Parts: sequence; C-alpha cells; structure tokens
Amino acid sequence: MLGLGMHAVVLLKQILDWELPPSRFRIDSETRRPPDGLGPTLLGPFEQNALELALQLRDAGVVDRLTALVVGPADSADSLRKALAVRADEAVHVEVGSAEALDPSQTAELLLAAIRRLDGAELVLAGRQAGDWDHGQVGYLVAERLGWTAVGLVWHAERSDGRILVQRTGSGADERLAVRLPAVLTVTSHPSLQLRMGSVMDRMAANKKPITRWTPDELGLAPEQIAAARRIELTKVWVPEVERACELIEGEDAAAVATRLLGRLEELKLLTRPA
Amino acid sequence: MMILAATWDAERLGPASRELLGAAARLGAALGADVALASLGGAGAAEEAGGYGATQAFVIEGDHAASGNESALAALAELAGELEARVVLLPADERTAEVAPRLAERLGGAAVMHATGIDVTDGRPIWTKPVFGGKALAAVAASEPVVATLRRGAFEAAEATGGTTAVSTRTAPAADGAVELVGTDAPAAGNKLEDAKVIVAGGAGIGNGDGFAELDELARLLGGAVGASLAAVDAGWVPPDRQVGLTGKVVSPDVYFALGISGASQHLAGIGGAKAVVAVNTDPDAPIFARARLGVVMDCRAFVAAMLDRLRNAQ
Ligand SMILES: Cc1cc2nc3c(=O)[nH]c(=O)nc-3n(C[C@H](O)[C@H](O)[C@H](O)COP(=O)(O)OP(=O)(O)OC[C@H]3O[C@@H](n4cnc5c(N)ncnc54)[C@H](O)[C@@H]3O)c2cc1C
Ligand SMILES: Nc1ncnc2c1ncn2[C@@H]1O[C@H](COP(=O)(O)O)[C@@H](O)[C@H]1O
Repeated sequence: MLGLGMHAVVLLKQILDWELPPSRFRIDSETRRPPDGLGPTLLGPFEQNALELALQLRDAGVVDRLTALVVGPADSADSLRKALAVRADEAVHVEVGSAEALDPSQTAELLLAAIRRLDGAELVLAGRQAGDWDHGQVGYLVAERLGWTAVGLVWHAERSDGRILVQRTGSGADERLAVRLPAVLTVTSHPSLQLRMGSVMDRMAANKKPITRWTPDELGLAPEQIAAARRIELTKVWVPEVERACELIEGEDAAAVATRLLGRLEELKLLTRPA
Repeated sequence: MMILAATWDAERLGPASRELLGAAARLGAALGADVALASLGGAGAAEEAGGYGATQAFVIEGDHAASGNESALAALAELAGELEARVVLLPADERTAEVAPRLAERLGGAAVMHATGIDVTDGRPIWTKPVFGGKALAAVAASEPVVATLRRGAFEAAEATGGTTAVSTRTAPAADGAVELVGTDAPAAGNKLEDAKVIVAGGAGIGNGDGFAELDELARLLGGAVGASLAAVDAGWVPPDRQVGLTGKVVSPDVYFALGISGASQHLAGIGGAKAVVAVNTDPDAPIFARARLGVVMDCRAFVAAMLDRLRNAQ
C-alpha cells in the first residue's frame, strides 16, 4: 500500500434540526425522545466537518477511497446522498428502526461490524459529538473495540512518514500529534472545515449512485446481541422550565439606549464602570 | 470500593477539582465509598486533596503530554482497576472528551459526559446530563464502573475539612508510541473567558472580522473578555478558543453581552452561570431574549458604536 492512498470511512448521523427553537421542542414522555416529525432532520454539523476533512485528505492524495457510513432509520439516506453529492465513493446504510433508541455502545457495535466488512479501511473519521443525545462517545468506542489509535478534536490532518500528522484542540492550546495507523479521528469544527457544495452535476449524479444497505442481521448481529451491548439506560427525559424575564431597553437613538443600559446595569450592581 | 477523582492541576487544586471532590464526597457518602484523588499534574494538587475529603491521594508522574493522552489514560485505567473504583470523576474539558469514553471502555463500564447532577436511587447513581443541546435533560443509569465528566459550575465545591492524607507516587505505564506530541501552539492572547466578570460575545449578526475588532475594544473598556458563537468562529472572524457553549467554554460572568447571537440552546449551554445576559438582536423573536435579563432590539453594530462612544468619553 506504500505510496497509495488509504481507504477511509466517515461516520455520519442524520439528526433533528439542532437549531429548532426551544419553544417548539418537545419530548414524548412515553418514548423518552422527540416525537417523529417534530422538525426536519439533517446531517449533523460535526459530521459535516468530518466529511469535509475526509474530502481534503482525498484531495491531498492521502485517501483514495472514501466510504460514508450511517446507522439509522430511513431518512438517514439523505445524509448519504449529501456525501455522494460531494463525491464520496461509496455509501453504506445500516438500517435500524430508530437510531434514537441505541446507546453509544450499541451504535458502536453496529458500526464496527460494518467497518470490518468494508475491506481495508485504515482511517475512520467521526464527529466529536452528535447533536441529538450529545454523547461524544461513539468514535472513541469504535477505536477501542477495533484496537486502533484514537485522537480527539482534530481539525487538520496530513500524511507524514507512514503516520498521520494531526492538529487538534488540546486543553488550553492547539496540539500537533503524530498518529499511528490505523486510527479513528474525531473531528471538531473549524473555519477550514465548512462542508463544500457539490456541483450541480455531482448532485444530480448522486441521486443515481447506489447505496449499499445492510441489516444488523446481515452484519451478524441478532437483536439479543444488540440489546446486550447497551450500557446507558435513559430513565427519564424532560424539558426544563425557563422563566422569561427580559426587560426591554428602548430609547430615541442608539446613544440613548447605551446610556440607559449602562445606568440599569449599574443600578443592578452588575457593572461598575471605571468612569 | 472507591470513588476516584482525577485532576490535571499542577501545584494547587483549582475550582474545577474542588467541585469534583465535592461531588465525590457527597456521592461517596450516599454509596458508602471512600474518595481517592489522582493527580496527573503535580504533587501539590495531590497533597491538598486530604484537606477536601479524600482519604487517599496519588500523584502519577511522567511526561503525560508527550503521548497525547495515552499515558494518562493507561495510568488511570491501571489505578481505577487496582482501587476497584465504582465511579471515576473527571472535569469536563477538551482533554477528558477523549479520555473518559476510552477509560470507561477499558474498565468495561460506561461513560456519562457533561453530567450536571447526580442522585442515588436504590444504591445506584443516576446521572443528569443535558441532551439536544440543552433543550432537554436526561436522567441516565450507566453500567459500572462509570466514568463521568462533570460540567464546570454544576456541582458545589468541597469544603475544607482540615484533614490530611499521605500521597503515593506512581509512574505512568510506558506509552507505546501510537501518539506522539510534535508541537504545541502558544495559547492565543486575550483575557481568559472562564474568569471574566464581563464578556462581550458576538455571533453571526456581527457580520465580519472588523466587527470583532470593535468588540475587542468594547471588552477592553469594560475590563472584560471577548466571546463568540460557533457561527462567528466558523466564519473565521474570531479565533476558536473564544467560542462559548456546549462545545466551547462554560462561563459565569456577571454580565454577558450577546450581540447578534440567536440564542441556540447549544450556545446557552455555556452561559448558564451568567448572572445577567444582555441581548442585542434585530429580531424581537430571537430565542436569546427568553434567556436575557435586559434586551435591546437593535442593529448590534450600531449598539456597539454607541457603547464605544459613551465609554471612550467617560475615560
Ligand atoms: C452538538 C452541537 C454543539 C454546538 N456547540 C455550540 C457552541 O458551543 N457554541 C455555539 O455558539 N453554538 C454551538 N452550536 C451551534 C448552534 O446550534 C448555532 O448554530 C449557533 O450558536 C448559531 O450562532 P449565531 O447565533 O451566531 O448565528 P445565527 O443563528 O445565524 O444567529 C444570528 C443572530 O443574529 C441576529 N442578527 C443578524 N443581523 C443582526 C444585526 N445586524 N444586529 C443584531 N442582530 C442581528 C439574527 O436575528 C440572529 O438571531 C452547536 C451545535 C451542535 C449541533
Ligand atoms: N448512528 C450513527 N451512525 C453513524 N455514525 C454515528 C452514529 N452515531 C454516532 N456516530 C458518529 O459518532 C460521532 C459521535 O456520536 P455520539 O457519541 O452519539 O455523540 C458522531 O459525530 C458520528 O460521527
């Protein structure tokens, strides 16, 4: 494989619109999740960043085959179409009734089985966190269970002497790390990782490209095995009350508003001005 | 049976570590477990732990940064195993985002990320964590051993007990070279968001990098720091270390100016500790007004200009 690009797999998740205003958000107390159809579902933002990083690695020749992989219900196919529209080479959909019911450990089991079936994958890119349950775990669990190297919060990667050289957000400062392959990288947001738009031609072509569909059963995972992999049990999910107590500051012009606001902040003993 | 708290503080236990020890002490009392502290930073932090309720303290020596988080992870897995820890508590930050899920997996348990509450029901910890960007809260039971990261500011700090404990020194297992630190970029300039009393934060409504230069000046005049939404960071107007929210900094200023920020739940997740939010937005229906104490419906750049004018004249 020396000198040739690698096979990379990017893990995508289709989630409820994360900017849905709180006023429209609800949890069904029975299913302990938002009711289906509460809002549009989209490819999550960190998964978009991960896809863009994968595309940049392919542009640079580090990756020569890119597979997009999703575990989820039928609507997840949109995320795969989106990946095909920016020229992912292959798309794989592991169809499950409802991804929301799976915990990170169960999701990782299904992803692992799929990754093992995709031959020769050496690099997996995941988002740092899916914006539905905000676990921030699946990428790391996949790495540990594959016995691969894991590095988190990456926003740049390149090849160097048989390793991957990454830049990532560390505690307090950015870090540059040399990472042994095979590896899982979890990807964070960065101005350089805004997902590109596919060309009109590519987007049209994406609708005709095949999506490989595997059932958990076909991956060798029986329902009991998936159930046994669960490690996090939701006992209750609820929407907290927020009290609204906003006092509007008005004035004839911006100067008057600024004066009034500063005065109010001083009255409330929130601000002491150097003046 | 133990509860193990881990810190990367160097010579003193910082506020986040004292919050960990506070949570550990209360959980320990409810479960009948003792508390141990592991310091991956320095001996000083470990030596203080006895004064905050820990009955055992460890300092784990080694150049932890050299292997990314590999040696810290291996050392914590080894220690938690030896102590038969039922629960490992870590501060929620960039480092533990990577360490916690992997540690839980190595221990055969589960991780709970960004916990904001702990209850004990029938002898079992039940963890509260925000989900859907903070639009909802979930109570979860996790397979033990549990590795939980605790959100800064969500737990009461441990009281000083005046106690002491002996410190054992250990060496981290040798790293296998899978990850090697090649370099660290100098931390970006600017006042620390976590400690700021006033934060002037801008979002997509600020419009460009010049707008953020004006926020810099406004922050300076108010003795505060500049913050930003993810959208403003993604646009490249402001460095990523200024981001506030679920995947940015968690802050607790007296006054938080949210200028041209819609108030997405993931942004609000970072400002739960702010005493007062001042929202400036052209859209009177923006969700930020539901969290704000004071609101101004106005173009945020015009507002910033007027504030600068007012404060420059006051000097
Ligand atoms: C898992 C996950 C984690 C996330 N983490 C974070 C995080 O840590 N921090 C974060 O901020 N976001 C985070 N987000 C993103 C978040 O959902 C929002 O997309 C983001 O906060 C929006 O930023 P914004 O309010 O600046 O932009 P927008 O939503 O575009 O809002 C801009 C606002 O500015 C107003 N405006 C426009 N022009 C003007 C003007 N001239 N004057 C005044 N007002 C004006 C508009 O009315 C609007 O309300 C996360 C999302 C996910 C899914
Ligand atoms: N159902 C899924 N299908 C594919 N990838 C997933 C799935 N769930 C999570 N992931 C990946 O793992 C990352 C972290 O997810 P989480 O641990 O759920 O926050 C996401 O950003 C995705 O890249």
